[in-house]
Amino acid sequence: MTVAALCFYLFASVAVVSGVMVVTARNPVHAVLFLILAFFNSAGLFVLIGAEYLAMALVVVYVGAVAVLFLFVVMMLDVNFQELRAGAARYISIGAVVGLALLAELSLVLGGAAFGDAKVMGGALPTPPADQVENVRALGQILYTDLFVLFQISGLILLVAMIGAIVLTLRSRPGVRRQRISDQLERTPEKAVEVVKVPIGGGAQ
Amino acid sequence: MLAMPLLPEILLSIVGMCLLLIGAFSGNRVAKPMCYIVAFSLVGSLLVGFLSPSGAAFGGLFIADKLASFAKTLIVIGAVATVIMAAGRSVSADGVGPMRFEQPVLMLFATIGMMLMVSANDLISLYIGLELQSLSLYVLAAIRRDSLRATEAGLKYFVLGALSSGMLLYGAGLIYGYTGSTGFDAIQSGVAEMGQPSLGLVVGIVFLLAGLAFKVSAAPFHMWVPDVYEGADTPITAFFAAAPKAAALALFARVMADPLAGADQAWGQIVAVIAGLSVVIGALGALAQKNIKRLLAYSSIGHVGFALIGLAAASEAGVRGLLIYSALYLFMTLAAFACVMAMRRGGRAVETIDDLAGASRTHPWMAFGLAAVMFSMAGIPPLAGFFGKLYVLGAAVDSGLYVLAVVGVLASVVSCFYYIRIIKLMYFDEATDILDGPMPRDLGVVLAIASFVILFFIVLPGPIVSQATLAAQQLLQN
Repeated sequence: MTVAALCFYLFASVAVVSGVMVVTARNPVHAVLFLILAFFNSAGLFVLIGAEYLAMALVVVYVGAVAVLFLFVVMMLDVNFQELRAGAARYISIGAVVGLALLAELSLVLGGAAFGDAKVMGGALPTPPADQVENVRALGQILYTDLFVLFQISGLILLVAMIGAIVLTLRSRPGVRRQRISDQLERTPEKAVEVVKVPIGGGAQ
Repeated sequence: MLAMPLLPEILLSIVGMCLLLIGAFSGNRVAKPMCYIVAFSLVGSLLVGFLSPSGAAFGGLFIADKLASFAKTLIVIGAVATVIMAAGRSVSADGVGPMRFEQPVLMLFATIGMMLMVSANDLISLYIGLELQSLSLYVLAAIRRDSLRATEAGLKYFVLGALSSGMLLYGAGLIYGYTGSTGFDAIQSGVAEMGQPSLGLVVGIVFLLAGLAFKVSAAPFHMWVPDVYEGADTPITAFFAAAPKAAALALFARVMADPLAGADQAWGQIVAVIAGLSVVIGALGALAQKNIKRLLAYSSIGHVGFALIGLAAASEAGVRGLLIYSALYLFMTLAAFACVMAMRRGGRAVETIDDLAGASRTHPWMAFGLAAVMFSMAGIPPLAGFFGKLYVLGAAVDSGLYVLAVVGVLASVVSCFYYIRIIKLMYFDEATDILDGPMPRDLGVVLAIASFVILFFIVLPGPIVSQATLAAQQLLQN
């Protein structure tokens, strides 16, 4: 057994176990931490198959942003996870049936060769050989040259998502006191301080 | 030039972003003029599209052909009519506040998405166009965010739409895996080379079909339609019912009849089942509806079923029938929604069909137009709807789908009940409470033009039939 195979089994088994722990852990914070562990192990798997850029992207995007966001949500919102999970037992039978059907379909598809049927075409795959073109260059060629227009339209989709988020959530509430820096800077002693003469025994108004 | 066939979409995107900037600085008071700018630029883009060269763009990712230009014409007609009708309703009668300036911008972006998806020539560009359209529609459904029903509609649409996008992507992934490419031309040759479609390809087609059937709101993926139609603001519902239907049907036809043409044994039966279920559910579901928007929602499920009967025939005549049907349905639905928007009492919108009682006395022209639409939807000759059904059922019979054709005719008979009930309400029942004064002029114009097409299709089938024939020919040739 080579080192690579050992690493593969290590990463894969830890990823599977932590994936199971994500759904079974009682404490939601632990569940998110297991999710982060699963992400790290998947990143390790990506490194093993020579996709180091994807591994880095996975760590940066999923661990750095998404999982941390989850942690914030879990810690800040008062969600009762026990209550959410209460109905799970009722749906587990139908869930198992659907899962088994999907498993059967997938094994038929992936193991199609064993049934003397499918032939996966490998000819037209657009990935360049990994030993000649490094990851970043290959991705860059696809994203910014071949599929340039789709990249731009994806930008349009993100713009629509942004408009949507603003339209559906932004409210202008009257009567909110905001800090206006320019107003504060414009204040002068003449405007802010008033000198009054206090008569003896009278007191200031 | 590389980008020229896609010029209309590029110009429209620029207009959309400029309008967004204007709106961000000027606020909701420019919403109404922005609607007119959107309508104007949509018409302009259509003209640019006619003038710019056809053919593949961006290395075969997109294609501008006869089918694309036919579908784009329908999309622009639907979008322009609904945007103009929305501009006339820029202040909501339910006291929910003025129209937000984002509404015309989102309608424009949704239209760009539709135009992109009908000219998609690659699985990735198909998905990207579809997603641009869907995301804008999710937001539009919920744009009256203070209304509980609109929020529910938006959320329901979003969750189910995301699920269907996932299924579509999974199917696209499998098709890519088993044919070796995402480009439609390469998929077509891959499928042809395969001879008998492999199991993985069939599973991929099934998932892709499920995703597409959701987008055209065909049964059994129709659960969201009545709730979204009822919950969304009426001008938005009109937009949902008009343009995206035509776009999704054209896309459906392109994906099935172009890249997957060699696997028609695999998808033909599935499309036939979907079509049969849709016509039956559309006919039975609408029987008990009191709300006219829900009724039109079920009716749209039935009409999509009829259009898909044409596709199930898997022939040139069938695709032609689908295109003609979607064009005629566009005009019928625009006319119907113009009438729904005109249903107001005391300045407030009313939505139950009983509110139409006695409308023939108070609103003779509107009642006449709506009666024409209802007769046409029911498929009574000599109106346009009859010819739509004739084309698709004829194609189905030619391809030997006798059972499906009989189911279609029977469902059409059942659906006559609720279409003609509306006519009976308008012409033979006493008004309990009359609707508000004359129809607003913008609605009247839309109703007049659409009714004209419906009434006189028999003498002037002209451009619709000839263009649909050309589009179907070109699609099935290559």
